[in-house]
Amino acid sequence: MSAIIHGAGAATALTTFNSKKLVAPCRTNLPARSKRCIVVAGSDDASKSFGSSSVLSVRRPQKLIANAVATKTDTSATTGHELLLFEALQEGLEEEMDRDPHVCVMGEDVGHYGGSYKVTKGLADKFGDLRVLDTPICENAFTGMGIGAAMTGLRPVIEGMNMGFLLLAFNQISNNCGMLHYTSGGQFTIPVVIRGPGGVGRQLGAEHSQRLESYFQSIPGIQMVACSTPYNAKGLMKAAIRSENPVILFEHVLLYNLKEKIPDDDYICNLEEAEMVRPGEHITILTYSRMRYHVMQAAKTLVNKGYDPEVIDIRSLKPFDLYTIGNSVKKTHRVLIVEECMRTGGIGASLTAAINENFHDYLDAPVMCLSSQDVPTPYAGTLEEWTVVQPAQIVTAVEQLCQ
Amino acid sequence: MATAFSATLPLHGSSQEIVLASPPDCLLLLLSSDPPVLSPFADSTRSISSISCRCPGNCQGEETHQSLLITKEEGLVLYEDMILGRSFEDMCAQMYYRGKMFGFVHLYNGQEAVSTGFIKLLTKSDSVVSTYRDHVHALSKGVSARAVMSELFGKVTGCCRGQGGSMHMFSKEHNMLGGFAFIGEGIPVATGAAFTSKYKREVLKQDCDDVTVAFFGDGTCNNGQFYECLNMAALYKLPIIFVVENNLWAIGMSHLRSTSDPEIWKKGPAFGMPGVHVDGMDVLKVREVAKEAVTRARRGEGPTLVECETYRFRGHSLADPDELRDAAEKAKYAARDPITALKKYLIENKLANEGELKTIEKKIDDLVEEAVEFADASPQPGRSQLLENVFADPKGFGIGPDGRYRCEDPKFTEGTAQV
Repeated sequence: MSAIIHGAGAATALTTFNSKKLVAPCRTNLPARSKRCIVVAGSDDASKSFGSSSVLSVRRPQKLIANAVATKTDTSATTGHELLLFEALQEGLEEEMDRDPHVCVMGEDVGHYGGSYKVTKGLADKFGDLRVLDTPICENAFTGMGIGAAMTGLRPVIEGMNMGFLLLAFNQISNNCGMLHYTSGGQFTIPVVIRGPGGVGRQLGAEHSQRLESYFQSIPGIQMVACSTPYNAKGLMKAAIRSENPVILFEHVLLYNLKEKIPDDDYICNLEEAEMVRPGEHITILTYSRMRYHVMQAAKTLVNKGYDPEVIDIRSLKPFDLYTIGNSVKKTHRVLIVEECMRTGGIGASLTAAINENFHDYLDAPVMCLSSQDVPTPYAGTLEEWTVVQPAQIVTAVEQLCQ
Repeated sequence: MATAFSATLPLHGSSQEIVLASPPDCLLLLLSSDPPVLSPFADSTRSISSISCRCPGNCQGEETHQSLLITKEEGLVLYEDMILGRSFEDMCAQMYYRGKMFGFVHLYNGQEAVSTGFIKLLTKSDSVVSTYRDHVHALSKGVSARAVMSELFGKVTGCCRGQGGSMHMFSKEHNMLGGFAFIGEGIPVATGAAFTSKYKREVLKQDCDDVTVAFFGDGTCNNGQFYECLNMAALYKLPIIFVVENNLWAIGMSHLRSTSDPEIWKKGPAFGMPGVHVDGMDVLKVREVAKEAVTRARRGEGPTLVECETYRFRGHSLADPDELRDAAEKAKYAARDPITALKKYLIENKLANEGELKTIEKKIDDLVEEAVEFADASPQPGRSQLLENVFADPKGFGIGPDGRYRCEDPKFTEGTAQV
């Protein structure tokens, strides 16, 4: 069975949902991966659709399924604890700081204030003012300082209070973070994690609603991941800290209060893998971060209309998990990308190119990409709503693609 | 104890002398008794005051006892280092015009006193961060001439496997943290290295008194990163020394034309650290200042800003026609060549004779020649090197359509894999 995810409208309120049942902790080692951190395949005929005909027959359900995307009650998760996404991030960070004394945090208001989104709450009391460093407002310099510290043995987690502020650190992220391992001939590693909230919030205005993943994606030498659930937030945070590569972890302002039950034991999420949210037959919907919830809301409507979408949260924005994505494309032959990035030069644009390049033969229709409008995010609520992709648009797009 | 920290004289020929503005915990005092001059910078012929004796018990004579700043061994080390810097850079110019190295090459001729004066006081575990004019900093820090020359030739045996080039000299072994092409972007990295030093001491409870020296130029001192780092370094009391190599020119932009207040040393006290101006054409003066700054940092008293008045005898880079600088200015500084000055000091104070110095010069000539031969003979990087080192963990290239990590593709090590 696949997961139920309530719509993004619930993001402002506490939302409880059950994530996919965890099969096993994600494997992180080379060489071949045979088992990945994916949902237990639920649909009975999931395996039978290779080489299906190009004419899509819409399955007519026997009855209206009210909660078609629901999972059955998760009886095995008696161990585990429920928390909010920002608490999951904090837990991951704290566990890694306990585990390795070289892990430290630096950013504005991360210490005494506890972080503007409370991700670092309590950490300064526990670890001290040097390990959880309150920096002055100088993104370029403190990002560079984190990089210098990483080169000399520490593992800093650099917080941008809002991802948009990291534009001021672009020099350091592009030139030093991404490049120094290469230009030094492999002598210096830069195991930093650069994280912060981004994305369109609730009428925060243009500058606080930026999506920086599109700007950073071309920088060679960095990895980018986006978390979307408490489970993968904690897992990705831990994986990013443990990685020897510089990793940029994109969080979303509206997702911090999502609630989920996560395992008690130590786990990480593979940085390079995508997450299967809902297996399906008819169409592959690729998404990440907050749009995952818009997609799942649309999925409810779509299922009631008789469609069976496969939803994948790509999670790894750079590099793309072409295996998971490819397998899905080979099964459904139709791709819809739903993202919050701008249309021009966004993650969706790169993903479209990658899919066309690698899986062209498997496509029955052109790859469709729904992105935010190429406008500075307006303040007015109505205008803001129209800049971002809404579930109704997703439903329309799926119907269009599946004709 | 009086030291060599000296204040500059103000602009426009005012006859007033300035007391060094410094915070209360600065140990240093003003030292100046010369008549005021019209130049904004101190004149190099001002002799340094006597410092407490440095020679061991067996002094050569009473007249030398009081004024020696260095021992013979130290003197020869300094001389050799400066000769190495000069010869190496001269050889770079030759090799460039012979088509052995390419791109932007920025030579350090004339500024050797700053590199030698500071870096020869450092230990192996202290860090140095530089700019694109980094060959000599790397050499002073201990990177072999062979490794630097090979890097310039773009060969596999270079210190960065040929991947960095002239502007990116790195050495993990010698803690040379680069080599940066954009001005100012190394300063935060240096601040980070100093932060690690403090972290090791205070969080990891290790015995660490490593310091970091950041070198950069006058042009950088108008850049935001510089000020942001002065603030953080003073705020966190980081063990770092900010060394401004003020050679008065940023390519063709005169320092006086681009800076509202050209006296850079003054910007230190504005952030709560001592600001010092020193004659950067005199290695002994630089060394005295450096000693104080390094000791301060090691004791945990925080950063120092040192402005060295220096000059580059060549253009900004080998591509610079160097037409804007006045011939008289060049001649004035050529007369203050730091190597000539040290040679004079060593001979006059009977620390060394001509023969010993000639031996050193010959030794360095041979060393540099050998470095060129080595670099010439070294192989260029093969295709297989293309994709290595992009990521420390090559899983970062991701998972390909076949389910394997891209770095597991055999073509990856050949450098021909699709990534």
